[in-house]
Amino acid sequence: MNINLQTLLYLLAASAFIVGLKRLSGPRTARSGNGIAAGGMLAALIVTLIAAEAISWWWLIVGLAVGALVGASLAFRVQMTAMPQLVAAFNGFGGLASALVAGAEFVRAGDFDLPGETMLTMLLSVAIGSITFTGSFIAFGKLQGIITGSPVTYRGQQIVNTLIGLGLIGLGVWAQITQDGAPFWVGGAVALVLGVLLVIPIGGADMPVVIALLNSLSGIAAAMTGFVITNSALIISGALVGAAGLILTKLMTEAMNRSLTNVLFGAFGTGDAGAGPGGEVDADRRVRATTAEDVAIALGYAQQIMVVPGYGLAVAQAQHALRELATGLERRGVKIAYGIHPVAGRMPGHMNVLLAEADIPYDQLLDLDAANPLLQRTDVVLVVGANDVVNPSARDDAGSPIYGMPILEVDHATTVVVIKRSLSPGFAGIDNPLFYDQGTLMLFADAKKALTDLERALGDV
Amino acid sequence: MLPDPFIIGIVVFVLAGFVGFEVITKVPPTLHTPLMSGSNAISGITIVGAVLATSTTNEALATVLAVVAVAAATVNVVGGFLVTDRMLEMFRRPRRVEADREAGS
Repeated sequence: MNINLQTLLYLLAASAFIVGLKRLSGPRTARSGNGIAAGGMLAALIVTLIAAEAISWWWLIVGLAVGALVGASLAFRVQMTAMPQLVAAFNGFGGLASALVAGAEFVRAGDFDLPGETMLTMLLSVAIGSITFTGSFIAFGKLQGIITGSPVTYRGQQIVNTLIGLGLIGLGVWAQITQDGAPFWVGGAVALVLGVLLVIPIGGADMPVVIALLNSLSGIAAAMTGFVITNSALIISGALVGAAGLILTKLMTEAMNRSLTNVLFGAFGTGDAGAGPGGEVDADRRVRATTAEDVAIALGYAQQIMVVPGYGLAVAQAQHALRELATGLERRGVKIAYGIHPVAGRMPGHMNVLLAEADIPYDQLLDLDAANPLLQRTDVVLVVGANDVVNPSARDDAGSPIYGMPILEVDHATTVVVIKRSLSPGFAGIDNPLFYDQGTLMLFADAKKALTDLERALGDV
Repeated sequence: MLPDPFIIGIVVFVLAGFVGFEVITKVPPTLHTPLMSGSNAISGITIVGAVLATSTTNEALATVLAVVAVAAATVNVVGGFLVTDRMLEMFRRPRRVEADREAGS
């Protein structure tokens, strides 16, 4: 195939990716956008198959068939709650592929003297791809519960990681100058180890940031591979994905009010983050416990209610019970909205997917900017399985470890009902004054049981 | 006189990065998970490089690496697009209670 035609067809594929991403700006057009992007990918693959010379067809078909089978079965079987680990795993495969392509190109070059820039991008592709590969699978293991979700730390960890990082750079420089196989392959192996070491000290609750960042890295690795084989489709797509991952990383760190450095190297969640607001715990603080019947009355006669779901909702598999309750309330003419904090799930937008799965209309899902003004006019807030994202200390108490984190200001509503098993603090071990507030009622129960009870009690209101 | 292909590549990379920022900042938080899995699938474009790398050489090692790369990239592409579609299907229609009532009674 003519190289110019080929390049234009690759441009067509890259344009399909941009159009596809653009259509993700609304739920109505999103699905077709994904289809367009997939079409672009198929076109790029077909162009490559036609244009490629002397490829080993049998091996190629085996690779494609195995990959398609594994990918499709994972995609169809995954539970929506397990989406973060699946995305992490797919990320890992992407990084692996980029690193291997660069490795294969290095072998193919043999004794041929590579141009400096090709060697450089090859090294970057192998390094970034390898770190993405092992880092993603460690993130997968943490999210899946195969390895501990708490940070794995040891003395001098950062020094060790820095030394290994410097060693990797040293090997890179060596390989760049000599184009020898030894520093190239050892460097690849060191990058694989570094991916593991960089992710193990990060706590499970920080995985949303890590996955977003690894997503970005997998894009950068693909772009570097694009430089190696001089293919603009790879360069464009890699840049798009790199940008997407960076934006999501930034949004997530802002939602936690943490710097990226703090997330990556802070080993958050070890419990040494400070013992709450200066230890001034009032002995006479009391919570007001309530019953499902009382809450049902409050909900049934409200005009506007807001549900604030946290990951506890998904852990209790209570999304469908929530949907039942919402339907009952809507039949009574109660207006219902859902306030979704960016870190409500285990990855960006995760909670929205979990609620959409339970058939909750997407136009009722509000982000922080939309939810907070509405809370001023909300009669009852139902907090289900969420804790830190509704903690007023983040706003009021400069001594709190989460001070400055944007929250859903549920205490601005008339009544707050918190459904919780017990008074245990959230993952960061931070006390929540909301529970002791005048306007707060505590409904101590498992989320699913509480919501089912509420729905039943609503029938008698 | 034309610049080096590597320089043209850098131009394309930087411009595509800007396009990416513009397009992706417009994606609402509701769709951030599908955005992530979808863009993930797009990064599987490295499949193009993987296929090209399977070209017959005398180096068995290169072929092995390339075939594993093809498989890994295909997992990323096929799985990524399918799972994104599965999620976006759920965002299809906001079903209203009124509609439920009409259908029910």
